[in-house]
Amino acid sequence: MVVDHRQNHLEGIRAVLSVALSPLDVIINLPRTTGDWISETFSTRSNLLRQNRALKKENLLLQVRQQKLDSLKAENMRLRNLLDSAFKIRDRVLIAEVIAVDLDPYRHQVLINKGSSSGIFQGQPVLDASAVMGQVTHINPFSSTVLLITDASHGLPVQVNRNGLRTVALGTGHIDRLELPHLPNNADIKVGDLLVTSGLGGRFPPGYPVAEVTAVTRNPGQPFASVLAQPKAKLDQAREALLVWTLDSVQSYAPPESATQEATESDKEEPPL
Amino acid sequence: MILTPQRGGLVILLSFLLAFLLTILPLPEWARFYRPQWSTLVLIYWTLASPQRVGVGVGWTTGIIIDVITGTLLGQHALAMSLIAYITQKMHQRLRLFPIWQQSLTVLVLLLIEKLLALWVMGAVSQHVPSLTFWIPPIIGMLLWPWIYIILRDLRRKFQVS
Repeated sequence: MVVDHRQNHLEGIRAVLSVALSPLDVIINLPRTTGDWISETFSTRSNLLRQNRALKKENLLLQVRQQKLDSLKAENMRLRNLLDSAFKIRDRVLIAEVIAVDLDPYRHQVLINKGSSSGIFQGQPVLDASAVMGQVTHINPFSSTVLLITDASHGLPVQVNRNGLRTVALGTGHIDRLELPHLPNNADIKVGDLLVTSGLGGRFPPGYPVAEVTAVTRNPGQPFASVLAQPKAKLDQAREALLVWTLDSVQSYAPPESATQEATESDKEEPPL
Repeated sequence: MILTPQRGGLVILLSFLLAFLLTILPLPEWARFYRPQWSTLVLIYWTLASPQRVGVGVGWTTGIIIDVITGTLLGQHALAMSLIAYITQKMHQRLRLFPIWQQSLTVLVLLLIEKLLALWVMGAVSQHVPSLTFWIPPIIGMLLWPWIYIILRDLRRKFQVS
């Protein structure tokens, strides 16, 4: 147990055992896959048409937004070039499906159907459609375990999107709550602030939305304000997860060789969304 | 040394497999915390019924499997379940003579020992201390014990597992 906790030597054994036991997961997931299959096969034409129309509309909206994003990206790159700092926004993503299997109820984990055969690595960030979900903890050949950001042992470096205030979002063990400890009473944070990943720590790419601040209690008798936030990701409902590869993960944390003091400073500054 | 032929290993295996399936079966959010420790109950039954076949080794293997399928620390359940198998094996002759309600109480104690060891391990690796609902599964397990006992006993008699 000590070996498993402190080091990663037993990951291999765990992976082998999980492969041997993966039929259990398949059996448990069977009712849902059959249900999905039936509803897909026997859905009515009008239903499909309605869905198609809705998707087309959504696609149009997204494309419009994408146009704006492209120009903003170009502008951002230009400004960054002026500042002489290296930064790339390109990320590669892979869509994985969440397997309907219940794990230990006292830890917030989900099982996804992609593993080391798809090139997944330990500590890889996992997102859903709206925000950060968590990171990969155990990898098996065909599935892997994701630790959600609300697990009590999870901490995520974040910053307030409005003013760049950096802090850490700790999981609380409640699926709808994150805690921001060690923020002084006079910190500039208020209810409704969006928290995004700050990219410090090197695990998560910067700039992805994480949570929204729901409560700020400032007690003058206490050294720190108590701040709670609600994750934007639908952690207990998500059925698909996006796995992210940051293509420049090394570059953005080690300043380029020719970097001046100024460039390193601006490296530390977080990119605007 | 073993004179009686070993029969019905498949029945034991299948009952364990069913217990594993029940362990990871998705439940509604409110019910997840009340899930009884199926595999421990099955382990206790088979250790009682045929202590010469099911014992500490099987307990340890079961525990490791539970650790892998539920994503807990490798060895957390294995430790607890080998201890439970050991205690049950030591006490099996006395336990068999108990009336069923008294057996249920003993099973409650065994299930609580498993939870206590799990809590101890969680504390040692400084995990979040769970709420009081953590202690409910043993009570549900105790209430389920008579049924599990009767079902598995009938199975054992039908397939003549020795």
